[in-house]
Amino acid sequence: MARNIQSLERAAAMLRLLAGGERRLGLSDVASALGLAKGTAHGILRTLQAEGFVEQDQASGRYQLGAELLRLGNSYLDVHELRARALVWTDDLARASGESVYVGVLHQQGVLIMHHVFRPDDSRQVLEVGAMQPLHSTALGKVLSAYDPVAHSEAVEAERQPFTGATVTDLAGFEAVLDLTRARGWASDVEETWEGLASVAAPIHDRRRMPVGAVAVAGAVERVCGAPGEVRSELVAAVRDCARAVSRDLGAGRF
Amino acid sequence: MTTSTGPFIAAIDQGTTSSRCIVFDRDGRIVSVDQKEHEQIFPKPGWVEHDATEIWTNVQEVVAGAISKAGITAADVKAVGITNQRETTVMWDKNTGEPVHNALVWQDTRTDGLCKELGRNVGQDRFRRETGLPLASYFSGPKVRWLLDNVEGLRERAEAGDILFGTMDTWVIWNLTGGVNGGKHVTDVTNASRTLLMNLHELAWDERILQSIDIPAAVLPEIRSSAEVYGEVKDGVLAGVPVASALGDQQAALFGQTCFAEGEAKSTYGTGTFMLMNTGDKIINSYSGLLTTVGYQIGDQKPVYALEGSIAVTGSLVQWMRDQMGMIKTAAEIETLASSVDDNGGAYFVPAFSGLFAPYWRSDARGVIAGLTRYVTRAHIARAVLEATAWQTREITDAMTKDSGVELSALKVDGGMTSNNLLMQTLSDFLDAPVVRPMVAETTCLGAAYAAGLAVGFWPDTDALRANWRRAAEWTPRMPADQRDREYKNWLKAVERTMGWIDEEDHS
Repeated sequence: MARNIQSLERAAAMLRLLAGGERRLGLSDVASALGLAKGTAHGILRTLQAEGFVEQDQASGRYQLGAELLRLGNSYLDVHELRARALVWTDDLARASGESVYVGVLHQQGVLIMHHVFRPDDSRQVLEVGAMQPLHSTALGKVLSAYDPVAHSEAVEAERQPFTGATVTDLAGFEAVLDLTRARGWASDVEETWEGLASVAAPIHDRRRMPVGAVAVAGAVERVCGAPGEVRSELVAAVRDCARAVSRDLGAGRF
Repeated sequence: MTTSTGPFIAAIDQGTTSSRCIVFDRDGRIVSVDQKEHEQIFPKPGWVEHDATEIWTNVQEVVAGAISKAGITAADVKAVGITNQRETTVMWDKNTGEPVHNALVWQDTRTDGLCKELGRNVGQDRFRRETGLPLASYFSGPKVRWLLDNVEGLRERAEAGDILFGTMDTWVIWNLTGGVNGGKHVTDVTNASRTLLMNLHELAWDERILQSIDIPAAVLPEIRSSAEVYGEVKDGVLAGVPVASALGDQQAALFGQTCFAEGEAKSTYGTGTFMLMNTGDKIINSYSGLLTTVGYQIGDQKPVYALEGSIAVTGSLVQWMRDQMGMIKTAAEIETLASSVDDNGGAYFVPAFSGLFAPYWRSDARGVIAGLTRYVTRAHIARAVLEATAWQTREITDAMTKDSGVELSALKVDGGMTSNNLLMQTLSDFLDAPVVRPMVAETTCLGAAYAAGLAVGFWPDTDALRANWRRAAEWTPRMPADQRDREYKNWLKAVERTMGWIDEEDHS
């Protein structure tokens, strides 16, 4: 068996010690309880503090467990919380762009649409909340695959079906699309899933920069694209602004 | 892509917990927002007060904040509109501008006893025919009487003509238009319709009621329409801008949702829920426990009336599940939990926490969860929680249909709970009508802005406002009729189980 890393073992022992009761412990209590030199104990505590796993009381200088530990156990962002936070920003995006807006999250092998704002033109439209979209060909799916490792492995392992002549299905080509997505921070789908439709998407991150979903604007290809195959730059900017605003809101969220 | 260019309309929302100012462009899009909370003062159980001076300071701050965030000046703002928490009552000295007492907030129940006394042998419907309202502690008239009786020397000063009364619209407008230096002492028909002092038919103060409640007419503001220029802002960043609308908050939301035709209704889902239905020029006397109120009046046009039903516990039931029961960590999680099952598992939750309100009005009722079996999980309870909001809305709409004879064609919704997709679908299923969410969530401020914009010709007519309205989402009914009927019957059975829980002698 490989040797364990001593400093990690000591850090774990410290967390167990601090979890032992309501009390806060001083540096010398921690050091003597674990049989460590004060300097060694202090180094580990300081590192844990920097990560948020331990907090130091300002007045007494004593240590206690940090809020980040609680967050680890609660890290999963509820998709309905995501919708509640996205509501205002996505309304504004639909209004400003004149197109439909979608928020998607990874679900099994695809993109689950968990929020949909109608195109603001008063035409009859059907709410698509709950619908599934493919990971490899849609703008939402590409963004999720580029930023979320779980989505990435799903997209890589699945059969990438050609929906139109423009769908990228070969692995090397798909990885190149994801590289480009990561490099510029957004993805597009120009008639790669549905003929006549184009979309552009950007990632939504939570407070720890984890990718939790993606927001997209979608519409007729002649409106979404300026030059053939090129999505309009002002749409890209609007989608990215929206994604950033929702991310900021999630970061400011209470716990 | 479109970006906002002037000119603009500003709206001030003087609400129960905060004051806000929002700047809108011609398309009804939000350009900037500023908001500030004020202190809730609880001197005794059941008493709720606001410091009107603090509120006026906050209003000035949020107006300055919103204008500066928008990067504009008074010259870019064509009008300012007001919407406000309804019924909250303030009285002040017109020579100094100083309030004589903290404002008595609509939730304050100190006038309960007084209202019973004023009902005499007739009961709480004594003034319903004239005012459309029951004698209840929410409304302003009894609050004015309480102040006159309890602030030393106030009655004498009031009779001498030194004291002014107002709801928060009146207080804000008087201060905006100059205060002690020629401030306009006015209110609008919607706010006046919540005082218990205005005759709905004449839109004038009712002298007989004033006598009965014993309020000197000298304290009362002039009743004006909801959309006209009352005066100009005297000082501050908006100096010179016309003050051009006033609407109570729920009426403003009705206006902002562009419910301009008879039979159109909106429902605002917050802690509680307020539903208003436009009844056109008809004053419909409710026999189902709804309130009759003025919806709005644009300038010298005929007034538009409305029926109003409120549900005390909706969003607050979800909060209760989070804070008291600990079944969820955030309010949004109720949908996740409820979606994990296909139905309520036979459980029904009637949150009659402080009795049943419209259309039952039973103070002896208390909450129940009915239909429990070993099969029921917390997910079923979560579902029953959402269904409770939907069924209570159905009861209000049934009452409105019964009173008005008008079938609900579609329900326009706003408020925080509209982000709950399962609730909105359930609502549509239970009402058997489409449920529609507009693209602007801030319908209250938007309503005030619309009314102000109409008054100064920024928008030509209500058709132009309708053209601004955008559908963000629509839910259509998917539930088979027989299932809906069966479920409704079960709900009504559960409602029955809540009644008579409190014995007569326990009543306070």
